[in-house]
Amino acid sequence: MEENIKKYKRKLIFRKLKSFFIMNLSFISALIAIVPLAFIFYYTVSKGISHLNIDFFIAMPKPVGESGGGMANAIVGTLILVGLGGLIGLPIGIMAGIYLAEFGNNKFAFLLRFMTDVLSGVPSIVVGVVAYTLVVIPMKHFSALAGGVALAILMIPTVTRTTEEMIRLVPHSYREAGLGLGIPKWKTSFFIVLRTAWKGIATGILLALSRAAGETAPLLFTALGNRFWSTDIFQPIASLTVYIYDYARAPFEDWNQQAWTAALVLILFISLFSIAFRIITKSKYKTNQ
Amino acid sequence: MKELLVEKSYSSVYDKLKRNSLKQANNIRKINWGDFIYEKLTLFFAIIVFLLVVVMGYEMYVNSKLSIDKFGWKFLSEKTWDPVTEIYGALPSIVGTLVSSFLALLIAFPLSIGVAIYLSELAPSWLEKPLSFLVELLAGIPSIVYGLWGIFVLVPWLRTEVQPFLYEHLGFLPFFRGPMYGFSILAASLILSVMVLPIISSISRDIMRSVPSVQKEAALALGATKWEATKIVLANSKTGILGATMLGLGRAIGETMAVTMVIGNRPIISLSLFDPGYTMASIIANEFTEATSELYISALIELALILFIITIVINAAARFLVWSLERKWKKI
Repeated sequence: MEENIKKYKRKLIFRKLKSFFIMNLSFISALIAIVPLAFIFYYTVSKGISHLNIDFFIAMPKPVGESGGGMANAIVGTLILVGLGGLIGLPIGIMAGIYLAEFGNNKFAFLLRFMTDVLSGVPSIVVGVVAYTLVVIPMKHFSALAGGVALAILMIPTVTRTTEEMIRLVPHSYREAGLGLGIPKWKTSFFIVLRTAWKGIATGILLALSRAAGETAPLLFTALGNRFWSTDIFQPIASLTVYIYDYARAPFEDWNQQAWTAALVLILFISLFSIAFRIITKSKYKTNQ
Repeated sequence: MKELLVEKSYSSVYDKLKRNSLKQANNIRKINWGDFIYEKLTLFFAIIVFLLVVVMGYEMYVNSKLSIDKFGWKFLSEKTWDPVTEIYGALPSIVGTLVSSFLALLIAFPLSIGVAIYLSELAPSWLEKPLSFLVELLAGIPSIVYGLWGIFVLVPWLRTEVQPFLYEHLGFLPFFRGPMYGFSILAASLILSVMVLPIISSISRDIMRSVPSVQKEAALALGATKWEATKIVLANSKTGILGATMLGLGRAIGETMAVTMVIGNRPIISLSLFDPGYTMASIIANEFTEATSELYISALIELALILFIITIVINAAARFLVWSLERKWKKI
């Protein structure tokens, strides 16, 4: 008996030590996971901040050898590309999301949900190739429109799922109150449910747009890039990300610096939208449980 | 006579009722027109989304027909990728993609499970939320920024510190030999591991959280230690974690910019992780605009088609695993 208790106690200490050790290991791995984030933020801020001035936003790129200059054309180009993508992708994504949330209890909807998830896993470079075959080959030259199509395809799955989730967050009592008053389903859905959910949807859309602004691979051979000022959607257009790609590989110190600055601007935008999205979706309606 | 009257009045009341209900039904049908349009309109857009995947596959197939007809299945096993002699084989890039992705998973998987355990089981709630947010933020950083960081920070560090160290201590293995450029499969794997970590860990965390806590509590009540109770949760979420890992694999295989910037871009197959390589995505990114002949472009599109099929299969399988598990828990 005595023997057994001793044995048990020794075993218990061993088990507790093992548990303590492994639990600490998981804490350490959480720390390690954060380290790259800290590194990336540290380097982008410290290397990018020196060129972050008003010139970066309003000046054109200077030719090789001259220092200074900015990326005004690239910033406008990115805005145009993202705008085009939104113009094409948002209506499709939002309407499909409404369908999933309002009428999504059939087999087709389940299949569609599965498809959007799968579509969101398709590499962005593949989407770029598809946009190339869809737009660039028939038009016979690179264009902002092709880049917009690529970004639209990339946005659609995110927008669809966010719209669906945000509509589902609206408390059932809202919908029931509307239907109880004899308001038809489409009016209830459009003027009551969507009106409640639109803030969440809007921030979700902003997040999707900011993610699209960070895409490079699908733009390489659709929008191509442009050293000059252009707002023509049927011509090649510059974008921030492609500029980063070109400037990072160029053997000029000044260009490398500007690549960091562009990266900093990009990261700031995306982080800002992520934080806004989180705050709005977390603080609002929690009554649907 | 009296009976007949009663019957008549009954029937008139009945008629009235019938007429009324018909009118009501008409009213309802009138209102339903709006609903009908609403449903069909949204359905129309839903079908567009659905067709998108089909159109993508079809477009790539049609435009790579030239290369598919010329090389056939040999495209997958051919080792040369030479635009000058117009011989295109996908083997080096397929091998490069698989090696760099699996190596990335090898690094990221244990870490991700650690993070998921910490976030779902251990972290105090005041720390858990900001930590989850940081991990999600890591997933939101554009791939090009990872690439920029890779070129200017990771690659020089590998060249001057890590590769000499590995060569000195593990140089007897064939994996750590050859010239040390920094731009290598090793660099690509490291950057990929950073990029897939947030995906695997956040999905695994969600899955571990959705495991019903009854079993865990029972184990704790019986005197199990924290780790032993966590083991029960882990055992219950095995398939889901596998699904999360596959989603990470899908991301790693399709990742383009960061890899293109650090892998060195050379279509060779080599045992050494110090050597530069190529992945399918980075070949497309690097050579598409330079491709001059039609066969060249169609070979690149065929690579994209292969990539598309691989990622769709992996993603579908992964989603299926995650979904079936979540539904199982919801039933309980």
